[in-house]
Amino acid sequence: MPEQQQRSMIEIKNVTRSYGAFKALDDASLTIREGEFFSLLGPSGCGKTTLLRMIAGFDNPTSGSISVGGQPMEGIPANRRPTNMVFQSYAIFPHLNVEQNVAYGLKRLKLQGGEEKRRVEEALAQVSLTGLGKRLATELSGGQRQRVALARALVMRPKVLLLDEPLSALDKKLREQMQVELRRLQQAVGITFVLVTHDQYEALAMSDRIAVMFGGRIAQVASPKEIYQRPVTRQVADFLGGMNFVKAQIVEESGASLVVDTLGFGRIKTDKPKAFVRNGGGATLGIRPERLRVLWDNATAKFEVAGKVVERHYFGEITHLIVEIPGLEKPLSVTETNDFGADDIPVGTSIRLAYDPEALVAMAD
Amino acid sequence: MMAVRRFLSGGWLATYAFLYVVFLYLPVIFLPIFSVNTAATPKFPLTGFTLHWYEDLPRTPALLDAAWNSMIVGVSAAVLSTVLGILAARSITRYRYPGRSTIHGLIMAPLVLPEVIVAISMLLVMLQLGLSLSLFTVVLGHVLVCIPYSMTVLTSGFEGFDRSLEEASADLGESAFGTFRRVTLPMVAPAIISSLLVCFTISLDEFIIAFFLTGTEATLPIYIWGQLRFAAKLPGVLALGTLLLVASFLLMTVAEILRRRAARRTQNEGGLYA
Repeated sequence: MPEQQQRSMIEIKNVTRSYGAFKALDDASLTIREGEFFSLLGPSGCGKTTLLRMIAGFDNPTSGSISVGGQPMEGIPANRRPTNMVFQSYAIFPHLNVEQNVAYGLKRLKLQGGEEKRRVEEALAQVSLTGLGKRLATELSGGQRQRVALARALVMRPKVLLLDEPLSALDKKLREQMQVELRRLQQAVGITFVLVTHDQYEALAMSDRIAVMFGGRIAQVASPKEIYQRPVTRQVADFLGGMNFVKAQIVEESGASLVVDTLGFGRIKTDKPKAFVRNGGGATLGIRPERLRVLWDNATAKFEVAGKVVERHYFGEITHLIVEIPGLEKPLSVTETNDFGADDIPVGTSIRLAYDPEALVAMAD
Repeated sequence: MMAVRRFLSGGWLATYAFLYVVFLYLPVIFLPIFSVNTAATPKFPLTGFTLHWYEDLPRTPALLDAAWNSMIVGVSAAVLSTVLGILAARSITRYRYPGRSTIHGLIMAPLVLPEVIVAISMLLVMLQLGLSLSLFTVVLGHVLVCIPYSMTVLTSGFEGFDRSLEEASADLGESAFGTFRRVTLPMVAPAIISSLLVCFTISLDEFIIAFFLTGTEATLPIYIWGQLRFAAKLPGVLALGTLLLVASFLLMTVAEILRRRAARRTQNEGGLYA
């Protein structure tokens, strides 16, 4: 995303949505920037869909405020908001054909001189459905229905396009193809996209920024790379793939950094996460399995740990090794690509692992 | 179990099914047969073919009056019960609230109440209310018996209606009324028409309630009942009966086709998740 597009598009301020005693969303604050591809990521029931539906106007905050394009949304119904949505079920009107579906929202605008037809065709071309305008929804495949839903929303030229788990009904191959296409489409039209998903790979692959949510609260908002490499809590780290957790003792705590002692990795200096709350003298460090490399033969590294392979799992392009390290209460999991023969390391072998101390991050429990 | 299956598969099942259908439809078959017989008494052997009894029908003023009355009652009852049915069916298929299934059960109950009891009770209520018996009171009675049928047809048409369709319409800028007109109505129209046809047919054929609640104006079934006292009028009644039978059959067939189309239409979307 170009750096100049940093103006905010959606402002969510202290939004809470309660159903009786249950809080579907609990004091969430968030800024979504103009022109970015933003994802709300979390397990089911984390409040991500509730938040999306409140932006769309299908639900209202119990307290707090939402504004879109600088305009407060309070009291504005869904049909007068500058947002359009792609529904999880696609919600294609079954009694209308593809063209009529796409033109549905334009009918009210009463466009002059073939403008409507032109915009419908442009939208169909954007989603590669040119020539299928006369088909009925019932004659379309799942992937095509999804494209119709996209075209129907894009043709309205919304300020924000909201996508509610749009890929969850597609099979794996089509889903991966659509991820690439959606990202490309978003960059082509330049509209702010807000995607709801429970699939971490989808969020990582498509987004400029991600908000990870748990239990109605936003745990972290950052770029995919930062979310993955520097998760601020154990929960975030766990949700975004494998993570080795290492117990540590705090030696020194300053404003932005921590110095800790670990049994396996020795003394480490690391950035202190914002959400970090000191709980006695202990801390938790984490390192991703692919950030540990097997040292072959007599190779050495500046930072290494020695251990013994206790399990080996083969996954085709990678092998998963479980390595016991003296002093660590849990064995480390290590992913190695299979180009050097990690898939042939016998269980019980003593090996050494190289690591970069930068890859060890401190996080809140 | 095996023995039963062998017994049934040895052609017995087919025989049983045949007898079953004969039992159901044999009496009905006699109606058109005797309605084209030249003899005035319904007896075998048949004496000859004639359409004379049919030709006489439009020349009977009392019959035409009765037919007109039935038309008025049928259309009014169909429209009223369908409107009420739409409201109830929408509430039952769309919302979840305490007492929902109880209410549904109570609305369906007239289906199994003894009709003669319902008729007597309604007569008492009408008289208590000070209403004089007329076609209007018949319409009220028919609405009561039609609503369960209307509900059955409409709930099957409304069920599975994906709520996100209405949300999508609102999302695309359409007002609540516009959404109803452009999305909800076209989707459920076949079910509504089906309900109208079913209710009209039921009202057209209904005798007991009409018998109790009508004043001096007869509906078709009551006219037929009156004619049965005169042996000479029997062939005419048979001819009229045949026409009613054919009309009912056609209306119900169209209604069922529409109901299925409506159900398929709303359930299409639901099928997507599978």
